[in-house]
Amino acid sequence: MTEVLIIGAGPAGLAAARAARRRGASVVVLDSSDQLGGQYWRHLPAERPSAREHTLHHHFRRFQALSRELEQDAGCRVLRNAQVWAIEQGGGPGASAGPGAVHVLLGEPDGTHRERLVFRPDRIVLATGAHDRTLPFPGWDLPGVVTGGAAQALAKGERIVVGDRVVVAGAGPFLLPVAAALAKTGSGVVGVFEASGTPTLARGWLPQPWQLVSAGGKAFELAGYVAGQLRHRIPYSTGRAVIAAHGTDRVEAVTIAGIDADWVPIPGTKRRIAADAVCVSHGFTPRLELAIAAGCALGPERFVTVDDGQQTTVAGVHAAGEITGIGGVDLALAEGEIAGHVAAGGTVADPAVAGAVRRRRVFARFARRIEAAHGIGSGWPAVLEADTIVCRCEEVTYGRLCSIADSTASRSLRALKLSTRAGLGICQGRICGRSIEELLQARTGGLGDGSSTDRRPIAAPIRLGELAAGITAHPATDHLTDTAKGTQ
Amino acid sequence: MLPAGDDPIRPAAPTPLAITLDGERLEGVAGQSIAGVILASGRLGFRRTSAAGRPRGIFCGIGVCFDCLVEVDGARDVRACQRRAVDGNVVITQHDALPVPPSSERGGRDD
Amino acid sequence: MANDVIVVGAGIIGAACARALALAGVAVTVVDRGTTASGTSAACEGNLLVSDKGPGHELQLAQYASSLWDGTVARLREELGQGFPSLEFDRKGGLVVATTAAGAGPLLDFAALQRGAGVEARVLDAADAKELEPDLTDAFHAAVFYPEDAQVQPAIATDALMASAQQHGARLLENTAVTGGIRDSSGALVGVQTPHGPLRASRVLIAAGPWSGEVAELLGVALPVRPRRGELLVTSRMPHRIFHKVYDGDYVGAVGSDAGELQTSSVVESTAAGTVLIGSSRQQKGFDSRLEVEVLGQLAAKALRLFPFLAGAQVMRSYGGFRPFMPDHLPLIGEDPRLPGLWHATGHEGAGIGLSLATAELVRDLMLGTPTRIDASPFQSSRASLLPHLTGVAA
Repeated sequence: MTEVLIIGAGPAGLAAARAARRRGASVVVLDSSDQLGGQYWRHLPAERPSAREHTLHHHFRRFQALSRELEQDAGCRVLRNAQVWAIEQGGGPGASAGPGAVHVLLGEPDGTHRERLVFRPDRIVLATGAHDRTLPFPGWDLPGVVTGGAAQALAKGERIVVGDRVVVAGAGPFLLPVAAALAKTGSGVVGVFEASGTPTLARGWLPQPWQLVSAGGKAFELAGYVAGQLRHRIPYSTGRAVIAAHGTDRVEAVTIAGIDADWVPIPGTKRRIAADAVCVSHGFTPRLELAIAAGCALGPERFVTVDDGQQTTVAGVHAAGEITGIGGVDLALAEGEIAGHVAAGGTVADPAVAGAVRRRRVFARFARRIEAAHGIGSGWPAVLEADTIVCRCEEVTYGRLCSIADSTASRSLRALKLSTRAGLGICQGRICGRSIEELLQARTGGLGDGSSTDRRPIAAPIRLGELAAGITAHPATDHLTDTAKGTQ
Repeated sequence: MLPAGDDPIRPAAPTPLAITLDGERLEGVAGQSIAGVILASGRLGFRRTSAAGRPRGIFCGIGVCFDCLVEVDGARDVRACQRRAVDGNVVITQHDALPVPPSSERGGRDD
Repeated sequence: MANDVIVVGAGIIGAACARALALAGVAVTVVDRGTTASGTSAACEGNLLVSDKGPGHELQLAQYASSLWDGTVARLREELGQGFPSLEFDRKGGLVVATTAAGAGPLLDFAALQRGAGVEARVLDAADAKELEPDLTDAFHAAVFYPEDAQVQPAIATDALMASAQQHGARLLENTAVTGGIRDSSGALVGVQTPHGPLRASRVLIAAGPWSGEVAELLGVALPVRPRRGELLVTSRMPHRIFHKVYDGDYVGAVGSDAGELQTSSVVESTAAGTVLIGSSRQQKGFDSRLEVEVLGQLAAKALRLFPFLAGAQVMRSYGGFRPFMPDHLPLIGEDPRLPGLWHATGHEGAGIGLSLATAELVRDLMLGTPTRIDASPFQSSRASLLPHLTGVAA
């Protein structure tokens, strides 16, 4: 029986698990959280059940049915609190015949004596998702300035709002569900400020509207958000950006400005608004470190390259969901189903996945239009001042980044990270990496060492004591599921 | 945090718990993250940065930015947004000053 | 432009040589298939050590280099100004500790030999050692302190040396690979081929670290330089509790051995950024940089033998590089007798950062015909210990 290991229990991973099980594979699903659902289905903990929770989500009943099916399936092991911290490549010195050795820490997040396991499955499906891409701007490091994902996680996962007078800003349709979640959690949303101007949006959304119809649920989903927006009387402005956040020890106000098609602020359009929280999201960054660790090639757009069967360039390793391209939940579900099916021995031509193949085509097209409508404008650095923090962990300012790039005349990203410290803090470039790369590309006239900030051989922090302890448990051990749930 | 009675999705009544933050008692409910308990108490900043001593709290909320690090029951570098609060947790805010540079190096940096 | 010297490799050796030559008025062009400090120089620890070297030629070279670092750092700061990032040069000293009873005797004997060669190696009692490093394990059997050991940020140091070299007239051509040699009618090497055209010079100096063998082959000779992989762990920032370089006494044995399979020996120190750097491993596996969890586990376990409190430290990243390993454990510095015009400055194994400055002065003096401060003949490729590993010139 084929053993399929699925990393990530968001929409793509769960769909892959079900499809792999239907093909008869033995499946293990790992997620670093103590809940299933990933970010898209971030929900209340078991300690606070709610019969009406589905009103906060899309496809929530589908999610509940899917997770119930998998948890009750004896052929599918679900390990929560399972953090993959390293992957050794197959055929490499770590001596694995299959696609790789997957190293896991099992226990509470950032624990100190977690169990260490290693899996050597026949097939791996990577479904590690994405996180918000938030561009730096003056004051973004003030408490109260958070990403859209944070607002959602707090609202859906804990019924907490980040503030009572919240500004939502950035780019992309994700801003609408963020505003909706805040509104449904009792927050006052001052407004949603979308960077793309109306002409750009029209170019992305309006042409070939039949594509939106065939995307079915998508149109209804958006209509729902727009209706909610109107019901809660939340103004939605386009061609606007938060260009600064103000406050002493927390955000107290923001400056909004009109921006042009390249995202450069337009003189004379600044407006100051009082706010006690700001949620900013400019799109998504795929979480690529495990795919890179496994040896998978990336395409020119910096997503994992996959074929029709969602197989990567590494035999036996598949990828699905946001890491193959930012495309939202419906695309993730379709890709996940195909990945799980093929990983378990099926082919993409099988009737069982015909629906998923069709949905993948439709929703991939949809996703490309979103990007065309909401992509980041090249002039975004215009808002930066010399003392604007660009690397949060190491507190590197834009001024310092530039002066060191100038004085060293270095064109090596690796050397510039070492000399500026940008990207070397504990988040290892997850938040700042893409932005730092763009700023340095511009400042140096072109980086020439071919390195990137996406590569993290240590994919999550591990305590030195845990690293020294070696492997402490075997994947076949029965009690592991209990350990993972914290009921040990 | 939205009181359960006012919440349109009507979650079940929560089980209370309490933690301490730098010795001060904070109340929360079972299932909340440590960050959630702190945020619900009205605090937005609960860490000070190393170089400039600036306040930080939650930023990404999903465990990738590592801004929300706290010490929990003696263990440093715990992401408050990822760790569920347990009754009795002793939480300490972190502020790690940078090492003092050797005397030959002082005054060499321009920030 | 007529070059006197083409330096192949913009790592720390190439940068230091370019600077020394440029300061002496030599017309230098540095070429690198990548960018400055894109190889081992940005993937290592930044060790400037005498502690790990027994009496011999490498120690002599290290002592020569050690005498140059303070002055060079000061001069670089003057030349490059306050805006240039700090090289983080810190003569913090190294504490070597025997963690086993069996290791105590050899450590103390080694220290005595080193003292005979002019190295300051102070044997400390337990109380003195703990005063230097309060969080050091109590379970050690001997401790020797080497005040001369120092640390530098190696990538920044490379950038600084290269910037200075350019200020003094050296030319840098990045993303310019050497694709072959240019010979004159007598067969001497008079330049290199690159994708952007030929570069001519009286001399070509290979300073390409572990890739020196590849470059040499393109130019027509064989060099027995081989890569030796090393991995390092970096912790997250923590309160400053480690004040010197601290090593397990078995570090010395690992450097001098030939064994290809994994060896690890612990070296632990703090950095200016507040992190703790933990090394180091040695493996011969070609240029394979793929992660091996077992290696990282051994580094962790040995570090905890020195500093038990580190058990709770979060390892946030690992990185590694390829040392240029020579079969007879000495760097290769000087003209290649097999091919007129070809020179070498390579093969420094794990000591290249520290030895760079002395290597550069030797290269300069040998090229200009001025007296060298130390005898350079032990480093020539014609040395007896290297002859069995050399093959002839390709046509």
